[in-house]
Amino acid sequence: MERESMEFDVVIVGAGPAGLSAACKLMQLAEKNEQELMVCVIEKGSEVGAHILSGAVLEPTAMNELFPNWKELGAPLNTEVKGDDVYYLTGEDKGIRTPNFFIPKPMHNDGNYIVSMGNVCRWMAEQAEGMGVEIFPGFTASEILYNDDGSVKGILTGDMGIAEDGSEKDSYMPGMELLAKQTIFAEGCRGHLGKQLMESFDLNKDADPQHYGLGIKEVWTIDPEKHQEGLVVHTAGWPLDNHTEGGGFLYHMENNQVSLGFIVALNYTNPHLSPFDEMQRWKSNPKISQFLEGGERVSYGARAVNKGGMQSVPKLSFPGGLLVGCDAGFLNGAKIKGNHTAMKTGMLAAETVIESLKAGDVAGKELSLMDEKYKSSWVFDELHKTRNFGPALHKFGTFLGGTFSWFDQNIFAGKLPFTWRNTTPDHATLKPAAKCPVINYPKPDGKITFDKLSSVFLSSTNHEEDQPCHLKLTDPSIPLSQNLPLYNEPAQLYCPAGVYEVVKDEEGNDKFQINGQNCVHCKTCDIKDPAQNITWVTPEGGGGPNYGNM
Amino acid sequence: MKILVGVKRVVDFNVRIQVKPDGSGVATDGVKMSMNPFDEIAVEEALRIKEAGNAEEVIVATIGPKACQEQLRTALAMGADRAIHVLTDDEIQPLTGARILKALADKEEPQIVMLGKQAIDDDNNQTAQMLGALSHWPQATFASEVKIEGNTAIVTREVDAGLETLSIDLPAIISADLRLNEPRYVKLPDIMKAKRKPLEAIALADLNVEVAPTVKVIKTTAPAKREAGIKVGSVAELVTALKEKGLI
Ligand SMILES: Cc1cc2nc3c(=O)[nH]c(=O)nc-3n(C[C@H](O)[C@H](O)[C@H](O)COP(=O)(O)OP(=O)(O)OC[C@H]3O[C@@H](n4cnc5c(N)ncnc54)[C@H](O)[C@@H]3O)c2cc1C
Ligand code: SF4
Repeated sequence: MERESMEFDVVIVGAGPAGLSAACKLMQLAEKNEQELMVCVIEKGSEVGAHILSGAVLEPTAMNELFPNWKELGAPLNTEVKGDDVYYLTGEDKGIRTPNFFIPKPMHNDGNYIVSMGNVCRWMAEQAEGMGVEIFPGFTASEILYNDDGSVKGILTGDMGIAEDGSEKDSYMPGMELLAKQTIFAEGCRGHLGKQLMESFDLNKDADPQHYGLGIKEVWTIDPEKHQEGLVVHTAGWPLDNHTEGGGFLYHMENNQVSLGFIVALNYTNPHLSPFDEMQRWKSNPKISQFLEGGERVSYGARAVNKGGMQSVPKLSFPGGLLVGCDAGFLNGAKIKGNHTAMKTGMLAAETVIESLKAGDVAGKELSLMDEKYKSSWVFDELHKTRNFGPALHKFGTFLGGTFSWFDQNIFAGKLPFTWRNTTPDHATLKPAAKCPVINYPKPDGKITFDKLSSVFLSSTNHEEDQPCHLKLTDPSIPLSQNLPLYNEPAQLYCPAGVYEVVKDEEGNDKFQINGQNCVHCKTCDIKDPAQNITWVTPEGGGGPNYGNM
Repeated sequence: MKILVGVKRVVDFNVRIQVKPDGSGVATDGVKMSMNPFDEIAVEEALRIKEAGNAEEVIVATIGPKACQEQLRTALAMGADRAIHVLTDDEIQPLTGARILKALADKEEPQIVMLGKQAIDDDNNQTAQMLGALSHWPQATFASEVKIEGNTAIVTREVDAGLETLSIDLPAIISADLRLNEPRYVKLPDIMKAKRKPLEAIALADLNVEVAPTVKVIKTTAPAKREAGIKVGSVAELVTALKEKGLI
């Protein structure tokens, strides 16, 4: 089929912190060199920020480099961190405050800002557009386009107006080819095209498998009496056991709002575990509920994070393109921060492209300068220092592992001469359901804790109903023939949006049902399905959550 | 002939509406805004009339703060030829909106003014009718089909009893109902082209329109939460339960 096409110098997939930083830096450098540059950013959310979900305590390092005058330009970094509390929760109603001295250094937050990363991205998009970048929200990059020699030549945007049965509706609009000399992939954690690139160019050859966590987040408007703007609270321990990694956060933002969430590592072993219910009951601990009582929940969402760290970073360059941000996996697991490293690696990609352009043609070329730049940047230093944090938790459990990390970070400053590895991928960690204790989660009280459906409602998620399902099963029989008997089909529990259900059909037989229109694009099913049988693909552009200030 | 289409920036229909804690209105900070869906249908219909060769120019207009440009650009990307932005930061009520549209119609002399039947933010369903009264032009509201035959428009309307077909002389005012059409997806190159299409900004003060809010909003509250229901076993029990609640 002949498709329309448009040509750019650089096409960027994803308007998150990584993609937008790449776009801004490209234009800044091009202007400095008096160079004409055509750059576009393509974003699957209905607007920039609609699919951005982060904590977020932002370390302003990369922002200071990208826009030294960000304050004058009005960047929405309004709340400086003023207090930093860490609790070790020991039970349903107990927790002890960890003295500052015992907290591993990377977890300190002096000089950082509490932000809505969605709003920071909206602001960055305005800056980029002001410099001449074309930003296309509401369009997905659905496929990678290759030249005959195997190099990447751009991406294909998703078709619009395809009915559930695959036929073309009246409104049908075929996708377009967006061609570029270099394509920068900035899809965030578990990018759908990034995953294909890693395979086709074997980018993970020298890396450990990536490890992930699922972060579930809510925003609340709370009683002004209880609000302490600038206070950052982290928790470890309850409700997770010592073998399951994870923890909670609660940040007091501006306007009497708090942003709170819970991250569960996806290498958990008990298929009866439900990250959503862990998050809900975590809120009922008085260390958290004290702030929420009398408040109102205004928003809900979920997103996977990659926490493999240095050991899992793939090769970043391949013929025709580059990987940046969480699409590659630069989150610092010790800090649970990836925004500053996403921004910085986006900027490194921009420098790589501009410097290589000076040296000649870059179309379809492999710019290994990117990998060199990463290795000599502060991103690498940071990940190198904290490289044993995740594996230590994995090896020794959260309590002893935490102790190791304290010594590693506070006494040895991350310089211990060894690197631990964790080579079991997260989808391979589940034990048979019959061998694991069933977890009895308390019923939601409708005040502090809620059920899944009323939660998904607050994510303002919508997908055009009449379209093919964007969650593809390689073998449609596996959920019922393998996953159900062995693992009680864990998708029913790990999906934070209630997309997967095992229901009875008219004859009383089990049926695996996928409610794709509820999907909040967190990517957990693509990561955790024990059979690796679920593939998340891009739905029609604009579909998915409509996050406000997440 | 020219068609003038009014479009309004509203909170996107997918967003769960939240009332500000102080009850002074609906929260719009950090909330996704879009073109009112009925206005999108109006723009689409105007474009179809033009594409059928029955109009030469489609002009879109909006009234509101600077950010409303976004919705005008969307309409331009759909295919409108040019845009007019009447700039004001004040809340615009239907009567003022109708007066402003009248001023624009006087200036542009379109043969059709197309509007959405109502905006989904305040659901007033008044502007088209008020504009009809102010301009003394015929009006056909709730259109589900529009045909242009020379100097008349044949408009099918959705009314309580079914469908009603009117023939009205142009110039006229038409307001769009949900079933009139399905708006097109915009194309990437058209989004880029839209940035270069003419967009004229006019300060509201320069239009000499009387801006007088006639309605005052006293308080905005969220609808009461639905209480869990109870099951009754018989009609007698139902009657007793209703009586207890003082409902009969
Ligand atoms: C609960 C939680 C709390 C966190 N807390 C913090 C914190 O406090 N501090 C911190 O620094 N970091 C935090 N992080 C991590 C941080 O959010 C990420 O590291 C960061 O968002 C990565 O940025 P990115 O640009 O690489 O990807 P993303 O932010 O994921 O952005 C990717 C963008 O690309 C779009 N996209 C993806 N695929 C496609 C496609 N195929 N076509 C079109 N568009 C596409 C997406 O819609 C999205 O807008 C947290 C993460 C979570 C989940
Ligand atoms: S279907 Fe998959 S990607 Fe969508 S919300 Fe559920 S787990 Fe996340």
